[in-house]
Amino acid sequence: MPIRTTPTGTVRTPADAAHPTLSWNVAHDVAQVLEYHFMLNALLAGSVVAVMAGLVGWVMVLRREAFAGHTLSMMAFPGASAAALAAVPAAWGYFLFCAVGATAMGWRSGAGRRVSWSEQSASIGAVQALALAAGFLFVSLYGGVLGDLENLLFGDLLGVSDGEVLLLVAVAAGTLAALAALGRPLLFASVDADVAQARGVPVRALSLAFLLLLGLAVAATSQITGVLLVFALLVAPAASAQALTARPLASLVLSVALGLLVVWLGLGLAYFSIYPAGFFLTTVAFAIYVLARLISFAAGRTRARGAPADAPAQPTGVID
Amino acid sequence: MLSQEFMRNALLAGTFVALACGVTGWFVVLRGQVFAGDALSHVAFPGALAAAAAGIDQRIGLFVATVAVGAAIGALGRGVLARDRASSPGSSPADDTAIGTVFTFILGLGVFFLARVSTSSAGSSGIVGAHTLFGSIFGLTGGEARLAAAIALGATALTVAIGRPLLFASVAPDVAAARGVPTRLLGIGFVALLGVVAAEATQAVGALLLLGLLAAPAAAAHRLARAPFAAIALAGGLAVAAMWGGLALAYAIPSLPPSTAVVLIAVGMYYASTALA
Repeated sequence: MPIRTTPTGTVRTPADAAHPTLSWNVAHDVAQVLEYHFMLNALLAGSVVAVMAGLVGWVMVLRREAFAGHTLSMMAFPGASAAALAAVPAAWGYFLFCAVGATAMGWRSGAGRRVSWSEQSASIGAVQALALAAGFLFVSLYGGVLGDLENLLFGDLLGVSDGEVLLLVAVAAGTLAALAALGRPLLFASVDADVAQARGVPVRALSLAFLLLLGLAVAATSQITGVLLVFALLVAPAASAQALTARPLASLVLSVALGLLVVWLGLGLAYFSIYPAGFFLTTVAFAIYVLARLISFAAGRTRARGAPADAPAQPTGVID
Repeated sequence: MLSQEFMRNALLAGTFVALACGVTGWFVVLRGQVFAGDALSHVAFPGALAAAAAGIDQRIGLFVATVAVGAAIGALGRGVLARDRASSPGSSPADDTAIGTVFTFILGLGVFFLARVSTSSAGSSGIVGAHTLFGSIFGLTGGEARLAAAIALGATALTVAIGRPLLFASVAPDVAAARGVPTRLLGIGFVALLGVVAAEATQAVGALLLLGLLAAPAAAAHRLARAPFAAIALAGGLAVAAMWGGLALAYAIPSLPPSTAVVLIAVGMYYASTALA
């Protein structure tokens, strides 16, 4: 085993880690990864985001709002271009447009009565098209090239600074506190909106509040994975967890655990490869999702076969 | 305005792409599949990059990616729809988590191919090729415009041809299945068809126009007209009107990008329809 020299005083950068080697000694490999400050920051930031995305994403999957989440991630484009036009930091524009988009979608989706899914998906599509159109307009008015476009789209995980880690921790703490405060009524409204409304739960306000929280979570997640790949942490772990178990608390915990697994495994693999981290994050997330769907499919088959033949006919599949 | 060749090309391609988006869009909105259409326009880019990495014509990669992902979404989505369909049609979300996971994975593959193409020797030319593939409507040549118009017209004709059984299968899937309509096949075939429209529209006029024209005019038509075939015609008409209005507006105001103008008018129509009905 080669002698490891711990870097004292000198700051090591990604350039120093140009040729890492993967050995069969897992402990050594892990130690090698953790030697670098930028990897430590990346793992910290990734873990914080994975916990937040695992919890917020779980509610999003439950509420079937993945399209809304995707649309919120697209708000980065008009946000960043408007910020460039106004010469303010891109993150300000992003958060502002996320809030505007969430309000627009919440306002449409709860206009007095329950809107059918087809109506809802069309109105979300309209909001997204409008946002992208605004982004194109801002870019053409700006006239220049947007800097850091690739980092915006695909993330810049290995360039996370200490300050950004702190900011992410603060955002995550605030989001999770708000989510915990909304917890029970939000769950009630998500599972059965009609009954919740009849019981006096403010369904519309809750839906708007959740979309705003989702906007925060999407914006924070995109710092790690990039705008295009937020679903690797926001949807895949939650959808896998909900496919594996129907018990709320268990699947919530599982969702967070799978999110952490995606970040650690994805980052670890990316460290030993020349390819970008985003590719490994999405691949690990997708593999977990496929595995979860297969397991739940197989479990459904065994349960169906195990049912006694003379039992009353179960309404399987279509219930109309 | 019509004396400019780029304007004639834009009008030719734009009219038929808008028609295809409006007509297929009506079914897309009815089936709650706007997210699927959106995802298909995103997977076009990884498809083209993969073709560039493999050294084959990028158009092949583009169409293969959108049609294959379309068929996959159709296949996955039907399975979940059958399980989750609780109440009336149109109230069930068409498997948005599966769509989200699949297209994010494909985009992740796109990042991989981007890195591969940019580190290989044939590098930069491949990326430039992939970028030029995602054109703007004012940059079309005559041949590209005619090809786009022909493919869009074919997709429109195909949608109209399967219109009746597709409508039946979308509104009352169980009754349709009992009557012998191949609902599953229709569902998969329709999303694959949507993949063709997405590939052509993304390549010719950009992904933004696809999304705007797919969702907004069709949603307005759903609100304004009850009778299905009148509403389909209205959706096509509104989409074409938005296209013509947007192109004329962009021609008059040079600093306004054409796709922004078209989408602004289309979304304006939708919000106007929600105020009317």
